Amino acid sequence: MEQMLHVSSNPHVRDKMTTSKIMQLVVLALLPTTLFGIYNFGVRALLVVVITVASSVFFEWIYDKLMHKKNTITDFSAVVTGLLLALNMPVSIPLWMPVLGSAFAIIVVKQLFGGLGQNFMNPALAGRCFLMISFAGKMTDFTVPAGGMSNLYDTASGATPLAAMKAGEAVDFVSLFVGNIKGTIGETSAIALLIGAALLLFMKVIDWRIPGTYIGSFAVFIALFDIFNGGFDFYHLLCEICGGGLLLGAFFMATDYVTTPITKNGQLIYGCVLGLLTGIFRMLGASAEGVSYAIIFGNLLIPLIERWTIPTAFGKGGKKA
Amino acid sequence: MKPNSPSERLYNGIIKENPTFVLLLGMCPTLAVTTSAMNGLGMGLTTMVILALSNMFISMLRKVIPDTVRVPAFIVVVASFVTIVQFLLEGFIPSLYDSLGIYIPLIVVNCIILGRAEAYASKNGVISSLFDGIGMGLGFTLGLTCIGIVRELFGAGQIFGFQIMPSFYTPITIFILAPGAFFVLAFLVAFQNKMKIGSAKKGIDPSNSVSCGGGCASCGNSACKGKRG
Repeated sequence: MEQMLHVSSNPHVRDKMTTSKIMQLVVLALLPTTLFGIYNFGVRALLVVVITVASSVFFEWIYDKLMHKKNTITDFSAVVTGLLLALNMPVSIPLWMPVLGSAFAIIVVKQLFGGLGQNFMNPALAGRCFLMISFAGKMTDFTVPAGGMSNLYDTASGATPLAAMKAGEAVDFVSLFVGNIKGTIGETSAIALLIGAALLLFMKVIDWRIPGTYIGSFAVFIALFDIFNGGFDFYHLLCEICGGGLLLGAFFMATDYVTTPITKNGQLIYGCVLGLLTGIFRMLGASAEGVSYAIIFGNLLIPLIERWTIPTAFGKGGKKA
Repeated sequence: MKPNSPSERLYNGIIKENPTFVLLLGMCPTLAVTTSAMNGLGMGLTTMVILALSNMFISMLRKVIPDTVRVPAFIVVVASFVTIVQFLLEGFIPSLYDSLGIYIPLIVVNCIILGRAEAYASKNGVISSLFDGIGMGLGFTLGLTCIGIVRELFGAGQIFGFQIMPSFYTPITIFILAPGAFFVLAFLVAFQNKMKIGSAKKGIDPSNSVSCGGGCASCGNSACKGKRG
């Protein structure tokens, strides 16, 4: 009888999916974007990506080593953080800045709060905002050095499509959709981002709730904003959705498991909050872009959203007899 | 050291119950004005003067002030000294007066000052209250200056206005902005705790600890000897 009772701690139902595999899938899904960025901006983009990823993994390793903790670099989460941080930086950034950003993202935002699963904010975006606040000039300098495969080097203007739209200039949607524009390494090509997003959705690494409500509520906000400011403009709406970091943020950063609500209704609310905040930051703020601030601000609201949407446990609630 | 002796009060204020790193009191000026070492030092010294004077004055009046209206009475005393110091600063050190701005009148509601009046000066003699104020003030000055030095060093490459970092250093602006205050405070408190862990493990003897008052039942300090039994 004793041998029939097999006692083990939960989880009792196991899946083949592991943290490491999920993270590897995210890296795979980011590959089209990364490769396009390297094609678009030249070898220096590759250098930025390699340095950021390597330094993220290094800081994860050295922190575990110094704090006598289990080595966690094999779960690939530091690789994802590094890659996302790299995709959020312009190609011309001085090479020590990604290292500083990785140190902040991995050590301060992730490890000091207890490592993967405990960070209260998306480490890559926190790293980006740290750099953005500290070195606003370098982080928004989108000049492309010679050496890229595309024709971007010739174009004199350093403005991103979002900045151009904010200034009232016309932008070309096709080049914006393909990615033949200026911007950070990973945000330019909507096609490459959508390919990666499709892979993640197909493999059920992410579901539609957060990106769907995020982009949806953002589109509604922009449409309403346009209607109240001189008429609805579908072309402007499309450019706002595909331009800037919205797709990268919605599919790859707002869906980070650690910094999203666990309840399904909470995820819908979270997506709407992000869309609304991004719209407000882009349309009414001083800067042309607002995705990263919207997401880290949304991250902070998660405990509140979860408290609000926590389902009633069986046997609790209802009318007292 | 004898309890309540001047040297014990100074040690208590600067090291043992440092208002910035141990008690975490007076956070508003701590976070807001420490953008440079000079501002931190100025704020700390201004507070110290007011703290020492108000502690001394409240200790003198402690038999006169009725218990039921003691807090308004303390506030009036503190506010009088703040007003005097504010005029003195405006007249003699206008540059410091400008950079501290609204935080000078706000010293009136600084919880270190009100806290020391309530917890110490209203129960103890004039001399030990004076030294308690000076000790706490010096501890506050030490804390603010440390935070100011670190923030100014990383955020502007300077300390007290002198260029320290080599010319190729790019200042990390976030350190002199609001988030930097929180980072630096957190790291300095963590560092301070790390340094103190050795002595905390030895335990505190509740019988001669002035601050805890011996209420072991409600105390959360698991390192204390009284708690361990």
